[in-house]
Order: sequence, then structure tokens, then C-alpha cells
Amino acid sequence: MSGDRLSYKLDSTLETVDSAEQTANRVATESGFGEDEVMQISMAVREATVNAVLHGNAYDPEKKVELEFERTESDLVITIRDQGRGLDEKHIPNPLAPENLLKTSGRGIFLIRSFMDDVKITPSQSGTEIKLIKHVHGTPAGGKEASQ
Amino acid sequence: MNLKTSTRQVDGVNIVDCSGRITLGEGSVVLRDQVKDLLSKGQKKILLNLGDVNYIDSSGIGELVSAYTTVKNQGGELKLLNLTKKVHDLLQITKLYTVFDVKDDETAAVKAFR
Repeated sequence: MSGDRLSYKLDSTLETVDSAEQTANRVATESGFGEDEVMQISMAVREATVNAVLHGNAYDPEKKVELEFERTESDLVITIRDQGRGLDEKHIPNPLAPENLLKTSGRGIFLIRSFMDDVKITPSQSGTEIKLIKHVHGTPAGGKEASQ
Repeated sequence: MNLKTSTRQVDGVNIVDCSGRITLGEGSVVLRDQVKDLLSKGQKKILLNLGDVNYIDSSGIGELVSAYTTVKNQGGELKLLNLTKKVHDLLQITKLYTVFDVKDDETAAVKAFR
């Protein structure tokens, strides 16, 4: 970790999901986002981490989740990587379609896209990388960099 | 804070007062078990009071949908009461607000059960 970048390597567990959400909440707050945006960012990170732990790594103790926060001049960029088989977004049905409204799953990526300004999903044979971008409007709380 | 529930009965309607978070893992399981428990006792009029639910994720939304369809498939009714702004907004953007019967007054909600 250095400067305005934070990175973590985490186990594929439910505890990781909670931890990622809490860290996102703190970093977003320190980056100057308002309460609603902090909630949106932390929920997007939670959903992306759930995907990485459950669908990507399938709770495999040998596989890790990488979580990275980077504050640029204009954005908060959060990257989540898993070591799964690679997410194919084309196979995720539209959760707003009438025939899917009563499905009990499949809303995670939709919520992520709803809450972030830009989302880049890069699947590969060695895993999936999802980049969550939120444009920064304010100044960091206390004028300090996020720290671990 | 993980989800905590308690139940009470008003005019034959089972009101489940929920507080905490409905999220993947324990929170979703608590809600699922509570609804299953009521159905196993033949209690099919269920009003979920979400007034103290401050956070819900996509798994929690899925659990609400599951509870709704499970109760409905058994000939019962499940309604939602006292949504917080966060939960209200989530149901709006997922287009579920019109699927659920959402109430903001307990007395009126109880009367709305057939």
C-alpha cells in the first residue's frame, strides 16, 4: 500500500464480504462522499465481493479475493478480482424483465451498475476483474488520504 | 447488526417486527426461518414490519421475494410495513415496489388482510 492506494488480499469467506463493505464505507467517507453516496459505494462493493466469493471463487479456501481502492484526482476507483472461471455478463438475465421480477437472485450486477458512475467487468480464464468508478465531488474529510 | 425478529398477533395477522440488516448469511436465514415457522403453524397472514431495517442487500431482496412467493403459494398473504427510505428506494429501482403490497400504517395494514 502506498499513497492514495489501498490493497487487500482476502479469503473467500462471508467475513470478507462484511469487511470489504466496511472498508468501502470508510474510504468513501474519507474521500468526501455524502451519506447516500457512501451507502451506494459500500453496497456496490459488497455486491461485487459477494460475486467474487460465491460465484467466482465458490468459497474455495485456496482462492483469494483482491480488493483495491484508488483515489485519483477525479474518481474513487475500486477494483475487485477473483480467481474463478470468469463472469459472463451475457448470461445474467435482466432482473427488471417482468418474467424475472420474482426471481430470488440475479440483482447484484444491476445494483452495482445503478449505484456507480462507471463499471468495467473484465472476465478471463484466471478470474474476473470488476472496476467500480465513482466521480469525486467533494474534498476528502479532514484533508487526509485514506489509510489502512 | 444482524437481523432480529419478534412476532405478535393483531386481529389474526402475524406482525413480524424486524430490526437490523437483511443480508447474505445470517440475516437472510433469520427471516426465512421466521416465515417458515409461521407457515408451519398454519399462520398465513404475515405483515413484515421493516421499520428498523436499515440495510438490505441483493440477497436480502431475494429473501423478501422468496418469502412473498412462498406465502402466496400456500394461499396466504405477505405485506410489508414501514419501509425505511433505503429499503423503499431499493424496491423502487428493482421494480419490486409494485409487486409487494407496501403499507405505512399498521392498523390499515392489518385491516387490508382478507
